[in-house]
Amino acid sequence: MAYSDKVLDHFKNPRNVGTLNKDEKNVGTGLVGAPECGDVMRLQIQVDDNGVIEDAKFKTFGCGSAIASSSLATEWLKGKTVDDALKIDNMDIVEELALPPVKIHCSVLAEDAIKSAIKDYQEKNGIEA
Amino acid sequence: MSAQRIYLDNNATTPTDPRVVEAMIPYFTNMFGNAASRNHPFGWEAEEGVDYAREQVAKLIGADPKEIIFTSGATESDNLAIKGVFEMYARKGNHIITLTTEHKAVLDACKKVEKLGGEVTYLDVKRDGLVDLEQLEAAMTDKTVLVSIMFANNETGVIQPMKEIGELCAKKGILFMSDITQAAGKIPVDVKELGIHLAAFTAHKMYGPKGVGALFVNRKGPRVKVTAQMDGGGHERGMRSGTLNVPGIVGFGKAAELCINEMAKDADRLSKLRDKLQVSLMEKLEEVVINGNEENRMPHVTNMSFKHVEGEGLMMTFNQNIALSSGSACTSASLEPSYVLKALGLGDDLAHSSLRFSLGRFTTEEEVEAAIDQVAEGVNHMRSLSPIWEMYKEGIDLESIEWSEH
Repeated sequence: MAYSDKVLDHFKNPRNVGTLNKDEKNVGTGLVGAPECGDVMRLQIQVDDNGVIEDAKFKTFGCGSAIASSSLATEWLKGKTVDDALKIDNMDIVEELALPPVKIHCSVLAEDAIKSAIKDYQEKNGIEA
Repeated sequence: MSAQRIYLDNNATTPTDPRVVEAMIPYFTNMFGNAASRNHPFGWEAEEGVDYAREQVAKLIGADPKEIIFTSGATESDNLAIKGVFEMYARKGNHIITLTTEHKAVLDACKKVEKLGGEVTYLDVKRDGLVDLEQLEAAMTDKTVLVSIMFANNETGVIQPMKEIGELCAKKGILFMSDITQAAGKIPVDVKELGIHLAAFTAHKMYGPKGVGALFVNRKGPRVKVTAQMDGGGHERGMRSGTLNVPGIVGFGKAAELCINEMAKDADRLSKLRDKLQVSLMEKLEEVVINGNEENRMPHVTNMSFKHVEGEGLMMTFNQNIALSSGSACTSASLEPSYVLKALGLGDDLAHSSLRFSLGRFTTEEEVEAAIDQVAEGVNHMRSLSPIWEMYKEGIDLESIEWSEH
């Protein structure tokens, strides 16, 4: 199976790999997937006082498409408001990366990771979803 | 991008040895006859080529040429053996015993037998991949007609105790069938000495062409018969109809002859390279596990798990320069990791983290060295991206985390 150029690009030059301090109040962390399933994504957002995501980091255990999906997600998250970030749909990722049907679950996982990170941030800050 | 491609997937298929190709060529053009044409020289020449190949293939496994049935490959041979015995011996019994780690060709043929009213016992293996002989004996009943256990496993290279299994079967009067695909031509196989009554194998795993295989069917003590699964001209002693693939069969014969002559040399060289690969990777990397019994293992195979790294992602770091197999089935629709590794008691996480290296006659030391470097680099890179590697390094017990399985 051949990967799209965009998947290869994200895989070879992953954006925003790293770790934010999960104990900071303005950092939300999402950890989704399971080692048994062959995919684990950890996605983190750092939100400024205006509700804008000023930084995003990820680490992913998984195949090339999983890594590319999470890398792309961090790229899209930066500069977005939390509300706009919630609108990111997994199919947007599928389209952008030209993921084949067997890899759609990677995009689903990335969307889950975004939602989970936002939820963590909101809970920490007493924001109603 | 693909400057130098390194092929370490010889358990999937091997390149055809140029000497094999050379032996085949005349049978496409000049000696193109149908081996079943009895009344002209075109047919005789083809038949002679087939007869000679039959001798070479038989010799490879210590059989009589009359005991070799040519087929299209090991999958067909497995099917013919299992379904053919089930049908032929229906009056004696309807029970078959096999292992959960068998090749799909065996497992799915067994599934079909179950649909046809047969009973199949799928035995689990021990953690090292070997059959538990006591369990095997306990599973045998007076209805058991066949035990089907592969010689060497395709994913791990683990070699089963064939002689002991053969003795057990002989004691109970049960036929012993083996898929010897991964062993034939690589290590000595003597079907008579091991008490094997039916053996399935194929040319393309031993430097022969694709599309040709064989089923060994024992003729004396006991005389074994299988019901044909394809109806037609009654070729191959009535067990496998269909015009013989003469060039393929000739190539199979030549491949067998080369293996007889070069097996010892190849095995010796490849086991050293395999060991080097294994030792070097374990020196360069921490948290590496070898899957399957290391004592009873094919000389050219190793299956390793690189913890906290996903196999398919790891392979992507090779830029398509190294051909390997991963136990992670991320590309398959099922997303299920290797059932063989899971049967060894490996967690799904370790199965997802596995790579199978299978070297071959044309693998060079330089290639193995390059592979060592690229694999080590790839694992390190993937670990730098891996959240579970980070957690492991921080001393977090991964078992304690509630994962959201999807």
